[in-house]
Amino acid sequence: MSEDFPRVLWRDNPLLISLAGLCPALAVSYRLSNALLLGAAMLFALLGTGIACGLAERVLPPKFRLSVRLLVASALVAVCARFLSAYAPALAAGLGLYLPLLAVNCLLLYPTGGRPLGEAILEAMGRGAAFAAVLALTALVREVLGAGTVTLFPIGSFPGVWRIPGLTPARVLVAAPGALLVLGYLSALARRQGRGRS
Amino acid sequence: MTTPALSAPAPHLHAGPSTRALMLTVAACLAPAAAWGALVLGPAALLVLAGAVGASLLGELAIAGLAWRRWTLGDGSALLTGLLVGCSLPASVPLFIPIVAAAFAVAVVKLSFGGLGRNWMNPALGGRLFVTFSWPVLAAAGGQPGPGWLRVSPGLSDGSLLGGSGALGAVSTLLLVLGGAWLLTRRIAAWEIPAAFAAAFALPVWALAGLPAGEGVFRGDLLPALTSGSFALAALFMATDPVTTPKGRAARLAFGAGCGALSFLLRVYGGRPEAPFLAVAFMNMFVPLLERLGRPAGKGGR
Repeated sequence: MSEDFPRVLWRDNPLLISLAGLCPALAVSYRLSNALLLGAAMLFALLGTGIACGLAERVLPPKFRLSVRLLVASALVAVCARFLSAYAPALAAGLGLYLPLLAVNCLLLYPTGGRPLGEAILEAMGRGAAFAAVLALTALVREVLGAGTVTLFPIGSFPGVWRIPGLTPARVLVAAPGALLVLGYLSALARRQGRGRS
Repeated sequence: MTTPALSAPAPHLHAGPSTRALMLTVAACLAPAAAWGALVLGPAALLVLAGAVGASLLGELAIAGLAWRRWTLGDGSALLTGLLVGCSLPASVPLFIPIVAAAFAVAVVKLSFGGLGRNWMNPALGGRLFVTFSWPVLAAAGGQPGPGWLRVSPGLSDGSLLGGSGALGAVSTLLLVLGGAWLLTRRIAAWEIPAAFAAAFALPVWALAGLPAGEGVFRGDLLPALTSGSFALAALFMATDPVTTPKGRAARLAFGAGCGALSFLLRVYGGRPEAPFLAVAFMNMFVPLLERLGRPAGKGGR
């Protein structure tokens, strides 16, 4: 599986190639902390869905697959959303509607077909990680160039925001067009990379 | 462009004017207005123009030439783009603004889509609007940057016949109109677009622009609107770019009318001095749709 990760990251990247999950990615990637949080939530939901559905599908007839996945994914995302709004309300407010919306993307990213349990989980994790990586990269570019800051999570005496000195940020990049610009260039890069290798 | 592939519909007759000749003619028609702007506004304006043109040429050289091995610098389009970006900016902006605007215009708006002829938005407009929305305060007109060489101080309105200080290329509407008239008589610019642009801009301004001030219908102030330099620059030089405008008379009239109506809305209700630029960029997106309106019939009927 290890040689498959570059493939998932570039040639099959859910965000860059299939353009799945664009809506939360565009809306949230104006700040690095948001992107990391959403990526982590995505990974958690995908992993949980992978384990639960992989086990359940051993005993369930195939026609229930989709409905079970839907139930499990939305339940996990709801747990995630409740947890965050209880323990980190400020962070949850930053994600807004796009956190519950993850359930749909979780279904989109989950590998189809009856695969062996381990492989399905690994594939789901790989896609989740690829999603999270692209999200974080987009957010880093947008935030540095568009706001002149890097926002992480406040830990101890570190306030969470690191301001880059001597930069006059281009505000377009943290607005909606910036998301499309940055993701568009990343997508073009990924397609080019994939074409070279296949 | 060295040898463009022949992909135009029949007839394949060629009248002669090359891309380079067209681009250089347009640049020459714009040059008097730019020179006048530099004369009135002083060295700062010259610096803005130089920054924009330099960044545009360098961007084209670096990406199309060094990276793609397509030496397109000679087609003059990068020169014209730089000149248009410089002309559409106020002279008081810091130097990095024209540089970023021109680089964005060439690298992102034009070359990312495949180079000249494949861009769907006028590159100069794209660059101009990128800096407008990125640095709204820095890119706004800030008045006279310093003493000009002519020792006259233009009024602070956006353009008038000879002196205004919005964009540096729009100081003199008169020179812009003269340059544009030359383009129209040589049929380098299609007359339908500026005509419909002016009509669709003037009519609602006359009819409705008095309303926000509480003056009633048909009391709009027509003269300052029509003599505004950014309107002339947009209508004559930006909305007539052959790449990003539709073909066919009906489509061109509709394109110009859309530009005019949007300029009116953005200027009177949005309060934006760069309203005509925004309107043209917006209408650029509708070109594929508009071309269905009036596709020119092939010679010999259908």
